[in-house]
Amino acid sequence: MKLIIAIIQPDKLEEVKEELYKAEVNLITVSEVLGHGRQKGIAEVYRGAKETGNLLRKIRLEIAVNEDFVESTIKAIIKGAKTGETGDGKIFIMDLNECVRVRTEERGPVAIG
Amino acid sequence: MNTGDTAWVLMSSALVLLMTPGLAFFYGGMVRKKNILSILIQCFIIMCLVSVQWVIYGYSLSFHPGSGFWGGFGWLGLNGVGLEPYADYAATIPHQAFMIFQAMFAVITPALIIGAFAERMKFSAFLTIILLWVTFVYAPVCHWVWGIGGWLRNLGALDFAGGTVVHINAGIAALVMAIMIGKRKNLDKNIPAPHNMPFVALGTGLLWFGWFGFNAGSALAANGLAANAFVVTNTAAAAAGLSWAIIEWVRNGKPTIFGVCSGAVAGLVAITPAAGFVSVVPAVIIGLLVSVFCFIAVTVIKPKLGYDDSLDAFGVHCVGGIWGALATGLFASKAVNPAGADGLFYGNPHQLLVQFYAVAVTLVYSGILTLVIYKVVDVIIGVRVNKKEEAIGLDLTQHCEKAYTVLE
Repeated sequence: MKLIIAIIQPDKLEEVKEELYKAEVNLITVSEVLGHGRQKGIAEVYRGAKETGNLLRKIRLEIAVNEDFVESTIKAIIKGAKTGETGDGKIFIMDLNECVRVRTEERGPVAIG
Repeated sequence: MNTGDTAWVLMSSALVLLMTPGLAFFYGGMVRKKNILSILIQCFIIMCLVSVQWVIYGYSLSFHPGSGFWGGFGWLGLNGVGLEPYADYAATIPHQAFMIFQAMFAVITPALIIGAFAERMKFSAFLTIILLWVTFVYAPVCHWVWGIGGWLRNLGALDFAGGTVVHINAGIAALVMAIMIGKRKNLDKNIPAPHNMPFVALGTGLLWFGWFGFNAGSALAANGLAANAFVVTNTAAAAAGLSWAIIEWVRNGKPTIFGVCSGAVAGLVAITPAAGFVSVVPAVIIGLLVSVFCFIAVTVIKPKLGYDDSLDAFGVHCVGGIWGALATGLFASKAVNPAGADGLFYGNPHQLLVQFYAVAVTLVYSGILTLVIYKVVDVIIGVRVNKKEEAIGLDLTQHCEKAYTVLE
């Protein structure tokens, strides 16, 4: 089992979701976050006072998948989110120790899907 | 000079002024949170820009007794617009009171159009378009309908408070701009939900409140006609809000605050041309039916034709305005206002024809001129922001500000 965390542009969420559905990955958690990598934030000016290096809005996806789905999930995220410009985002993949479905108390790979 | 009349018209001017910030919240609540400040600044800068334009040349161009097409330049910088009444417009109030009342109409009319191109217009292009539009579209149409010597006025077209001049005029301009500027990015996949419905409700409340100045103030006196306009305005707004909620309840299963607000505004639009000519039962009918027409326009026709009138400036103001102008030709009665005319249901079918003619002329003139203005500005400045700016939002890219912080 892997946990995939992806940071993408807010306006790419719909496209990524669509690609994930096509890849039969239907369970995701989405949150709104702030951050910046190489792409700097946009300067803001309030009554002449400039604030630089501010953070940009991003969307964070969390997807837990079984091994068979790891590559297709990564491909789907890339397909939906890639524009080729700075700021497209990142995908982090890590091992997932355990997963429990609350309703049935099932554990492991069967509880993910 | 009458002190009561003067007090009422000055108070009404303040009420109409408040409609523009009201509209800013009405529209601002409907956009995504990355664009709300762009709506607010567009509304507020119009208050600033048109207020100055109006006293320098706008009022003269609209109301100076000139040709049938345009007013003259005789009142540039309000030269000759004094504190004594100008009897041809309003015999009992200072000429300047009439002028400032009209200024507020010139302010809110272009602001209505903002709904059509929300979330994707460059601010510099926006300012240029608005200045050209109030000069070449608002001023002439205003003169035709309300100015001395205006040709639609001489024809006998009835427009009590601005159904044609304000709502149809702005509404058709909205449609043209929505088509010209094109859809917002990614619209097919993701129809954005309004980001702050309480703002929509707040804006509606301010609009409804201010509209009493708009319609009842258009009597230009504190008299029975003003009371009639006040009563029918409230009645039509209420009937339309009720009607929209019922339509939603039947069709979608639940009534919504967005629906009640949309209906109330549609009702206010529709009663505007009729407010000084119809009695209360026709106001109920006008209100109940306007929601049917506007509901069809925004939920059936708009998706079918595929234009992106983001906040339904056309669907509510033009469609509602046309219904109101035609309804005036149906329900107008000399018993309400001897200075008006009888409509179709009071034995004068000719009035409906005149109303229809005034509507058609406004649609054609405003539609074509708006197209020309848009094209010219697009060639010189470029109207639409680029894709990246649109994705980040107008607040940050056009104004270097944001409305809401995520952290603290």
